[in-house]
Amino acid sequence: MGSEVLAQKETRYRALSGNEAAAQAMRQIEPVVVAAYPITPQTEIVQLFSNFVSDGLVRTEFVPVESEHSALSAVVGAASSGVRAMTATSSNGLALMFEILNIASGLRLPIVMTVVNRALSAPINIHCDHGDTMGVRDAGWIQLYAENAQETYDNLIQAVRIAEHPAVRLPVMVAVDGFIVSHGIENVEMLDDQTVKTFIGTFQPDFSLLDPDHIVTIGPLVLQDSYFEIKRLQVEAVEAAYQVITEVGLDFEKVSGRCYQLVEEYRMEEAETAVVALGSTAGNFKEVVDQFQARGVPVGLLKLRVFRPFPAEQVRRALARCRAVAVMDRAHSLSGQGGPLFTEVKAALQGTGFPAGSMVNYVYGLGGREITLEMAQRVVEDLQKLAKGSEGDQVLPVNYLGLRE
Amino acid sequence: MPDVLEVRWHGRGGQGAKTAAVLFADIAISTGRFVQAFPQYGPERMGAPVVAYNRVSSTPIRLHTPIERPDYVLILDPKFIGKRNLTAGLSPRGTVMVNTPRRPAEMRQALNLPGATTVCCLDASRIAEDTIGRNIPNVPMVAALVKILQLVTLEDLKDFVREQLEKKFRGQPDLVKGNLEAVDRAYREVERG
Repeated sequence: MGSEVLAQKETRYRALSGNEAAAQAMRQIEPVVVAAYPITPQTEIVQLFSNFVSDGLVRTEFVPVESEHSALSAVVGAASSGVRAMTATSSNGLALMFEILNIASGLRLPIVMTVVNRALSAPINIHCDHGDTMGVRDAGWIQLYAENAQETYDNLIQAVRIAEHPAVRLPVMVAVDGFIVSHGIENVEMLDDQTVKTFIGTFQPDFSLLDPDHIVTIGPLVLQDSYFEIKRLQVEAVEAAYQVITEVGLDFEKVSGRCYQLVEEYRMEEAETAVVALGSTAGNFKEVVDQFQARGVPVGLLKLRVFRPFPAEQVRRALARCRAVAVMDRAHSLSGQGGPLFTEVKAALQGTGFPAGSMVNYVYGLGGREITLEMAQRVVEDLQKLAKGSEGDQVLPVNYLGLRE
Repeated sequence: MPDVLEVRWHGRGGQGAKTAAVLFADIAISTGRFVQAFPQYGPERMGAPVVAYNRVSSTPIRLHTPIERPDYVLILDPKFIGKRNLTAGLSPRGTVMVNTPRRPAEMRQALNLPGATTVCCLDASRIAEDTIGRNIPNVPMVAALVKILQLVTLEDLKDFVREQLEKKFRGQPDLVKGNLEAVDRAYREVERG
């Protein structure tokens, strides 16, 4: 670049925070209803969106409510009437939604919600970890995790198509690392409004609560005779989602030039060891993978974009050639068996002959504890020892990275 | 301007350190570069110490780690000197820019900086008082940083700031004019030692 004075040149990027990127995507999606609880632990996403409503940029009905439980309840009501409805939440707010999360998925309502990942109380903490979304991983929602502000924007737009696909009809949450991505400003390339509108198309609901010519009952009592079957149908929808998420990703690449799949394999072609991560930390490992590969160390990164449904087949395929794997968990599980991503990856590799002792877990970043490049480098160094399997170089199955002990 | 630049801002709540990082990111992105701007979050109070960061790169930025070895440290409040470790991790050939009426040689001594580092001084508080009537030194400090880095020309910088501020301060033409004057003066008055 040199030290010459550079003239300004056109850039296709805007400097946006993750929150702004999410709010802009919501503006372009222009849902008919947005309901939100506007106080902590909310982020500025819905506040920014409410400005768009006030400025007349969208025709959305904005409903401020008295709690997160009510926010999602109002969105469930709106979606039941056959319209697009969205909200956003974070940490304890998501926890308060737990009852309604299951109702939204059980009613097969294609709601899209941004969740800014922040630690759950107690103790009170507002910073990033994945304890909130991991805590609701089995509430029947599809979960997409964003590495940066660009992916936050892109995932939200794709989420509408995924949720509304006739074979899926499930709610989708787009997880975004709190503060690190939500409040940090980065380059974001937005699509123009019309491209987004064309991409998401018009919503064709299966039913509407407000259609008196086609009366339906929504949310009735279903006991021993059919509850089980309805849950089984939800499993089928989740299984259909693999294909739909992949197809929507391919379509999105056509309009944006950006490729989205269930997982992202970074320099995995020749990798003998691999790191598995999701969210913003994946970018740190891309940097570290490049550093180690430059020294001839065959390490790669497997980034999971989708956690629900769990891309077990892609994980098996990507890790098949690896001799040692490190799984990064920004959430703790009190199962005594490591974090939630670790146990899922382990389950996916079950029966493939992958030696259990060659898989290690790193719990990191709880409550916003920073992850530095040195920490990421240490993980890759540990992996090399593990791959060699030399005596005296034991790595514990579950490790705590950046913890004061 | 190096391929990758890491900047740390030290200020107090109300001095606009966070806004400075955002404005600097906006300017850098307009030159076709990749940017990050992020504050260190703590309790938000008027007068409390605030730290904010920038990464600027000619290639996409993948890191989401704290900045531990900044190339540039900008000190919005010189009262921190001697009380906080402002130059922690500063790269050996890094630059420190201080909002002060004093000279670079004095600041080098006060901050105990080795010869390989660069020290720049700008009386940003005075400029702010003179031009916008309030001690908010962030805009002149950003302008001085842009000058030292030779990121954009003065004319381009003024065009950019005008465009941004006209949006932000609609109906307050005096504030826009004052800030543009501050940019002009900072660009001319920053002293590199």
